[in-house]
Amino acid sequence: MRTIFDYRKRNGTGGILPELDVPAKKTTDLIPQDLIRQDKPRIPNLSEPEVVRHYTALSKLNYGVDDGLYPLGSCTMKYNPKVNEDVAHLPGFASIHPAVDPELAQGSLSVVHKMSRLLCGITGMADVTLQPAAGAHGEITGMFLLKRYFEARGETQRTRILLPDSAHGTNPASAATAGFSVTEIRSGADGLVDLNALSGELDETVAGVMLTVPNTLGIFEENIMKITAMVHATGGLCYFDGANLNAFLGHARPGDMGADVFHFNLHKTMSAPHGGGGPGSGPVAVSEALVPFLPVPRVRLDRGRYYLDWEKGQSIGSMHSFYGNFGVFLKAYTYILTLGDEGLYEAGENAVLNANYLQERLKKTYRLPYDRLCKHEFVLTGKGIADGISTLDIAKRLIDYGFHPPTIYFPLIVHEALMIEPTETESRETLDRFAEALEKIASEAQENPDLLHNAPHTAPVRRLDQTRAARNPILTYPFGD
Amino acid sequence: MRYIPNTDADREQMLSAIGRFSMEELFSDIPQLVKDRFQPLGISSKSELEVRTKLASLTQKNAAASALSFLGGGIYDHYIPSVVQHITSRSEFYTAYTPYQPEISQGTLTTMFEFQTLICELTGMEVANSSMYDGATALAEAAMMAARVTGNRKIAVSLALFAHYRRVLDTYCWASGIEIVDIPTVDYRCDFSHVPSDIGGVIVQSPNAFGVIEDLADVKEAIGNALMIVAVNPVSLSILTPPGEFGADIVTSEGQPFGLPPSFGGPLLGLFATRKAYLRQMPGRLVGQTVDADGKVGYTMAAQTREQHIRRQKATSNICTNAQLCALTATVYLASLGGDGLRDLAMLNLEKAHYMAQQLSDLPGCSLLCDAPFFNEFVLRVPVDPKRIRDGLRVEEILVDDPAQMEALGVTEALRFAVTEKRSKEELDRTVDLVGRML
Repeated sequence: MRTIFDYRKRNGTGGILPELDVPAKKTTDLIPQDLIRQDKPRIPNLSEPEVVRHYTALSKLNYGVDDGLYPLGSCTMKYNPKVNEDVAHLPGFASIHPAVDPELAQGSLSVVHKMSRLLCGITGMADVTLQPAAGAHGEITGMFLLKRYFEARGETQRTRILLPDSAHGTNPASAATAGFSVTEIRSGADGLVDLNALSGELDETVAGVMLTVPNTLGIFEENIMKITAMVHATGGLCYFDGANLNAFLGHARPGDMGADVFHFNLHKTMSAPHGGGGPGSGPVAVSEALVPFLPVPRVRLDRGRYYLDWEKGQSIGSMHSFYGNFGVFLKAYTYILTLGDEGLYEAGENAVLNANYLQERLKKTYRLPYDRLCKHEFVLTGKGIADGISTLDIAKRLIDYGFHPPTIYFPLIVHEALMIEPTETESRETLDRFAEALEKIASEAQENPDLLHNAPHTAPVRRLDQTRAARNPILTYPFGD
Repeated sequence: MRYIPNTDADREQMLSAIGRFSMEELFSDIPQLVKDRFQPLGISSKSELEVRTKLASLTQKNAAASALSFLGGGIYDHYIPSVVQHITSRSEFYTAYTPYQPEISQGTLTTMFEFQTLICELTGMEVANSSMYDGATALAEAAMMAARVTGNRKIAVSLALFAHYRRVLDTYCWASGIEIVDIPTVDYRCDFSHVPSDIGGVIVQSPNAFGVIEDLADVKEAIGNALMIVAVNPVSLSILTPPGEFGADIVTSEGQPFGLPPSFGGPLLGLFATRKAYLRQMPGRLVGQTVDADGKVGYTMAAQTREQHIRRQKATSNICTNAQLCALTATVYLASLGGDGLRDLAMLNLEKAHYMAQQLSDLPGCSLLCDAPFFNEFVLRVPVDPKRIRDGLRVEEILVDDPAQMEALGVTEALRFAVTEKRSKEELDRTVDLVGRML
């Protein structure tokens, strides 16, 4: 792959910025010599067509949702509506500085306030902060809230967080960053939280339980009311990871299940694009008891005017430079207004229908370790397809059929996992073609295993040497001088 | 619903294929009690035209949109070349996710590699991650990393930090059990002679919250084994000596000036660079160069054994997603301007800010806060209530920072101005003239 650093020895092209229109001074008259940079950063000077062609060529090496099915489990790669993008680019939103007098940003503040109210409604919870910039940022915000809550109650002995063995890696990492220790709870044979295992760990040292609902196997925790009641009975709080909200969108609300903290991934559930890995938006909704601890500033409404409330009180403080990823939650806001109640309901319904349809067909070819009604996703195993064939081989071969592979090797409780989430924005026809590809691959695995071992054959590059990248990391362009 | 391709006929056939009679059956695993409690939002769906009209009308209530801005404090009003949005609007980039499958993500991965290189070139550091949420969380991650590397959970922090940096830092340090010791300022610069010896890190911002360029030459020596963490203005780096040359261990920054609109403070772009020796302790995603099965050069995520999806609670950070599209924006922005264009940009900021500072300080009773060197932001002492000037300028649709920002830093009767390449001489002169009339 050619990088911009491979274009060398160019003269300055200029022309983007105007000439200086104030009387020029000698740089050394403005800043002392020892503060002036001596060597120039090695950044090439390219003409505009070269820049455009370079990045256009690179974009073509990518695969996005607009290119086709992107069934990454727990990532909810649904279609990203174009109108959302246009709204976020409106100069009247994009040009507003965050430190502006609130009187001059009433439009943006109203979006923050109204979006918070909508997210309260969707969760059935008391209040929301939009500050977290991503799902994991929402998790850590939630963990900080738990910490502050127990500090305020003088229950500092609550230092443990319980989480199921099917949890995302961000869950234990977020809990640890907040200074909690992590205890894993085993899943039962049915893929659900083992209530006995949970009850065995619940005591006055537990601050809370982090649950993903539905869990990462795509299964709804049927005992959710029991679980939250058990946790509450011992004085702990229930954290819900909202990565999988799409599974019950418009049908159920975490607040009604006993959640105390719930984080959204607006880039998943609410159609904001994933951007190649951010920026996301991970608002956190809380129950009444946690409202005093939410980050500042809060956006409030008083007699028709929106204002920023900086009163810290018992708040954990700030989690973001300003008010969160405004440009991202504005897209999600546009999406919710577009869908309305009916659209949210249909999104949830079709996400679950698509997943079950695909699960039903694929379980005839691939083993489905937890064979039951799924929600928005399900987990197959690549094990047993053919000797010497791994899930990685299957995933890479899918690329040759024009599909992005599913999430692989997660959750950890399924060996050789293939975690598939089709989302509601895929047609039955696409699902059929995807199933057909996976079925063909299963036959190929028997008949011509090298076809899989050497896949992908049609991608811009062949399989990359990950070991080499890990052993001898080259993390910047080797200028060779 | 226009985002759902399945027709009613499709749905019926799909239901029958899975042996279900109704859609409700698909939700039979949700407890009845939960379903009974459900309440809708009470909003109906809307057409694209209606939604767009409604949201466009909200922008009319953002009076700041049409104003002339001297606002700064970490977020600046820079010009964004047309190329930038055209490239970042390519959906191959923005509708993709984290490059878990490198063979079909070389576009994202190559630009991440370019980004890491660009940030190292500008900061004078050896390794940069592929971005963080914003400048404030990047700084908080730097504090946590310093505590990890040194095993010392006490960090000395400059009092001349942007307020939003300090707020977020306070939150993270409280939660992760890091103690903060303040570094006082003398003449609006950090006084390192008061830094205690038993600390894990020193955080200094340059240019600082007063706009003053800190003298970093002797910091490293003064702080012993503690990590030297510098938060910078990225645009200044093409003309100011990069922190790497002063021995910085970690450099962080708010990357918004590199092609991102202010967007009411988000999405932003956290920059994070360090030394190779600390590679295994650094947070965030990294991309490395490798080869494919045919020996062809390609890129893939590297050093992932630090990350949460592998290390879980032992990870160096809980961060998963970063701000990739913002990093791409910065990459295209930097490539568009080129090394020479970046220097021109920094010079325009420097010269215009100094021109305006000179004109303002020539006004009766006005003076610069101090005579220390600055880049594109400075503080003016005024002989009247600064709020009066701020409000007076606002009437003329000119925006300056809230004087409360300076008061919080212990400076009264003062206003901070940020001047970028976008401000013409005529705009500067007009503003100076207006300030003069308010004295």
